[in-house]
Amino acid sequence: MQHGKYRFIVGFLALPLGLYALFVVWPFIQSIYYSFTDWTGLSPDFKMVGFDNYQRLWDDEIFWKSLQHSLLFAAVLPVVTLSLALFFAFMINVGGRRRKGGPVITGVRGSGFYKIVYFFPQVLSIAIVALLFAFAYNPDSGAINSLLRGIGLDGVQPLWLGDPSLALWCVMAVLVWSQVGFFVVLFSAGMASIPADLYEAALLDGAGRATTFFRITLPLLWDTVQSGWVYMGILALGAESFAVVQIMTTGPGGPDYSTTVMVLYVYQKAFRDGQAAYATTIGVALLLVTLAFAAVVMRLGRRERLEF
Amino acid sequence: MKTTEPPAPVPAESGTAVAKAGPPSGAAPRKAKEGGVLNAFSHGILIIWAIMVVMPLVWAVMTSFKSDGAIFGSPWALPDKLHFDNWARAWTDAHMSDYFLNTVLVVGGSLIGTLVLGSMAAYVLARFDFPGNRFIYYLFVGGMSFPVMLALVPLFYVVNNMGLLNTIHGLILVYIAYSLPFTVFFLTAFFRTLPASVAEAAFVDGASHTRTFFQIMLPMAKPGLISVGIFNFLGQWNQYMLPTVLNTDPDKHVLTQGLVQLAVSQGYKGDWSGLFAGLVMAMLPVLAAYIIFQRQVVQGLTAGALK
Repeated sequence: MQHGKYRFIVGFLALPLGLYALFVVWPFIQSIYYSFTDWTGLSPDFKMVGFDNYQRLWDDEIFWKSLQHSLLFAAVLPVVTLSLALFFAFMINVGGRRRKGGPVITGVRGSGFYKIVYFFPQVLSIAIVALLFAFAYNPDSGAINSLLRGIGLDGVQPLWLGDPSLALWCVMAVLVWSQVGFFVVLFSAGMASIPADLYEAALLDGAGRATTFFRITLPLLWDTVQSGWVYMGILALGAESFAVVQIMTTGPGGPDYSTTVMVLYVYQKAFRDGQAAYATTIGVALLLVTLAFAAVVMRLGRRERLEF
Repeated sequence: MKTTEPPAPVPAESGTAVAKAGPPSGAAPRKAKEGGVLNAFSHGILIIWAIMVVMPLVWAVMTSFKSDGAIFGSPWALPDKLHFDNWARAWTDAHMSDYFLNTVLVVGGSLIGTLVLGSMAAYVLARFDFPGNRFIYYLFVGGMSFPVMLALVPLFYVVNNMGLLNTIHGLILVYIAYSLPFTVFFLTAFFRTLPASVAEAAFVDGASHTRTFFQIMLPMAKPGLISVGIFNFLGQWNQYMLPTVLNTDPDKHVLTQGLVQLAVSQGYKGDWSGLFAGLVMAMLPVLAAYIIFQRQVVQGLTAGALK
């Protein structure tokens, strides 16, 4: 198979690799370089300024706020989303157990239906979801408050997105809403491949549902859970959190930056304030946070691989 | 597709062959009463979440048929009559038709480009030994975990200098570039699973490498191409951050940014019903496609994570 091999390899790789290098790799390298300059983005002139931008970052209160919010996203969202998804997936696939006759473990009735419905938000654009909920949260005419009024809770009428202490949680709830279904389906597929005799054995030993879950399902599913955790964390730090915060919160970023996140702050510095170099500095910080998150999850989640 | 379907969906892609525990649910008569309370409990929670998922969508559809007065007066009431004029207004006056056309052009072009370029790169990386193979592979795969926003600041100026800012073809090229990491990652794994003997036989029969790829390997890779194609289609159709930065000309807006733009401008005009009609218009085709191709979509979107 040697004939013309290298010509073929080069011919096939040139276009994809060229495009990727030009639009992805090169900008990444540039942005790290720019973080050491005073480039505004508006004029082509700039000079090296060493660590000035990083010095400024250190003293920038808004940056610390955005970092705090991003860390909150990365800490809360994966745990809440994955826990809910694990719970639902377990109920759907193993929850309908009965003790006499029939298969040892069964899903609840209508499990196929649940999986279809839960997956709905996943196919919608996060931008559309964010818009929809921005209206649902509207204090006067939104779906949520009028539902509360409808069931007699007239006294409970929060401002939701208008309340700086609540807005961030409202935004996170939307991300949970839109992502749970994906993980339910993902975990269901994983649970379906766990051998039934393991459950049977647990059942014979008199294990209850909670024990079965923590001793059998979760350990055997751990690899999937872990990669889901990293995936959800990257999403909570990146494009998805940008979309929901930018679209849903006032400002955007909230009054007094009460809901801003790092990725939005990068965008605003670069394309609103004309401080491209400083924006890339925040971007580098975001990169470090993302890598650190992935490393921590891999480290925390490391355990012996179970073969079955 | 209804409630009695056995939950044996997504055949897990993993190489480890294991006995499927996919239990038929609700098929056998349910006689045992034990655990009935727990069953009711788990059902209750599952139903509540299903309602929470569906309610906002139903609310949006209802609202899109109401008059503006009714939207503010009684958000949960059924529309007095079906105000189809909202939809007409959104389609023409609010430029939803243009946004649809732009989105179809951008996604059509970038989906084809992604699949062609992605499979070419993946095939070479999966099947040929050459110096730098691993380096290029990890260069592609590494792109999956980096925050895209970091690259977007310089990218804006790269694209601008090439005269591609605010153009459909410029957006297509960028979409392809940012779809390559996952596509190459997924298809490289897929090409590795295909038998090598077929390609060798074709080569012995005098077919060139290029011909072997297009006439033999690509058709064999069809299931993988469909999965990764669905994944990219949804990702590109729903893309928001890239066009927000690189496509600021209102005439070139794609659906997602068009709707966000609309939310701002209709807010001033007070045309909420038209806006909701636009929202639902953008939601329904994807939801309909999902319900029809349910199995393939789920497979496509979860395939990568299961590897």
